[in-house]
This record gives sequence, structure tokens and C-alpha cells, in this order.
Amino acid sequence: MVVSRVAIQSADFNLADEVAALRAQDKRVGAVCCFLGTVRDRNDGALVSTLELEHYPGMTEKAIESIIDEAHRRFDIYAARVVHRVGLLQPLDQIVLVALTSAHRGQSFQACEFIMDYLKTQAPFWKKEQTPDGARWVDARVADDVALARWGQQADRQG
Amino acid sequence: MKQVTVKYFASIREAVGRSSELVHTSAANLGELRDELVARGEPYAGCLVRGKTVRMALNQVMQDETALLASTAEVAFFPPVTGG
Repeated sequence: MVVSRVAIQSADFNLADEVAALRAQDKRVGAVCCFLGTVRDRNDGALVSTLELEHYPGMTEKAIESIIDEAHRRFDIYAARVVHRVGLLQPLDQIVLVALTSAHRGQSFQACEFIMDYLKTQAPFWKKEQTPDGARWVDARVADDVALARWGQQADRQG
Repeated sequence: MKQVTVKYFASIREAVGRSSELVHTSAANLGELRDELVARGEPYAGCLVRGKTVRMALNQVMQDETALLASTAEVAFFPPVTGG
């Protein structure tokens, strides 16, 4: 089974195909956990018509690879796959997929949350949303730093 | 003097007006490089001044301001990330 662990792409992805590729031929797998992030049509009290995702090519892939490495150290998982879209997206579009396999559900559930909490605060993506009042960069959320802190990490490296 | 590549992303890229530039610097670490850029005045000062929350990467790994700068390094300044 040779599935690359990270894909950064403008194209859409197919959840069923991704999961099929991840668990293919692996008879040890008894659990698959997926998180699918999608574009909302509202944020911070404003309607959102489009969302533009910028990233740091090169660093993005490295950051997510290292997040997955850390997940393998912490949890008893077999395989991991992260797909993240960039470019121009619209409400209802899929943005991100995190998929894990393990023998039992607990490790996949935990690893999935762990990877998302890390990705939200450590992977270099930025969202710009188009609202009726014009375009604006999305602010980082304190709640995301709090979510990261429960894994024993601080997001805020300096002011 | 060292020569480093500095990249800017998102709101900082827009404020600076470019996504990348070569910078000749005597800064020992990322914090000193940030201060040198701020000392240039606008548009750098407005988006990189102390007190603004700015994240930094050195050679594509997130670092704090004490990370040591070597010649030919790739440095990036950007706001807190908002992916996912």
C-alpha cells in the first residue's frame, strides 16, 4: 500500500475513494475515522460568498508530515491521510480531510482530533473571506489554541 | 553581512506589497531581523512592529525570535494560521 500521506490541492477530493485507498488490503484495520471540514456560508456574523485559501508551499507539506509523525508516536494507528484544498472555494465545498485507520476506534478518534488541533494552529494556511462588506482575513481563534493546549502544546510562540 | 530570503504571507504579504525579497542583514536571529525590517519604516513597521502577533518560520519550520540566522536562510513572517 503506497498512499502519500499529504496532499495540498485546488481540486476537490472524493471521501469514499480516499478511505478505500487508505484501508486497501490492510486486514489489521478495524476502525476508520474521518474528519471532513467544509465551507460555511456565514462567519463571525457575516455572510460569506467565497473563501480564498493561501498557503506556504513546501512548509505546509512539511508541517503536516511532522504532525502525522507525532500522531504515530502518540497513538496506535496504522495509516493517516490529510488532504487540504487551497485556492478559491465556495460555501458547501469540502476544504479538508483527515482520515486514520487503527485496530479499534479509540486510537483513530483521538489521532483525528489531535491532527486537526495541530493543523489548525501549526500548518501555514490562511483564509480570506468575501462578505457583503468586502474581503477580510479570517482571525485565528483562541478556542483553537485552547484545543491544542490539551495535547500539552502552546500555540503562541511569541507576540 | 548575510543574505537571506524573506517571504511574507496573507495580510502581511498584502501590507508589505510583495511575497518575497532578498535581504542583506547583520541580524543574529529572527527577532533582530524583524526589528531591522521595522526600522525601515512603512510598510514594514505597520505589520511587523512589536505588539502585533506575528509568526515566524526559519527554513520552513515555525520558530520563535531566538532562532539563529545563517546566510542563505529562508525566513517567513505571517499572521497566526487559519486553515482547516
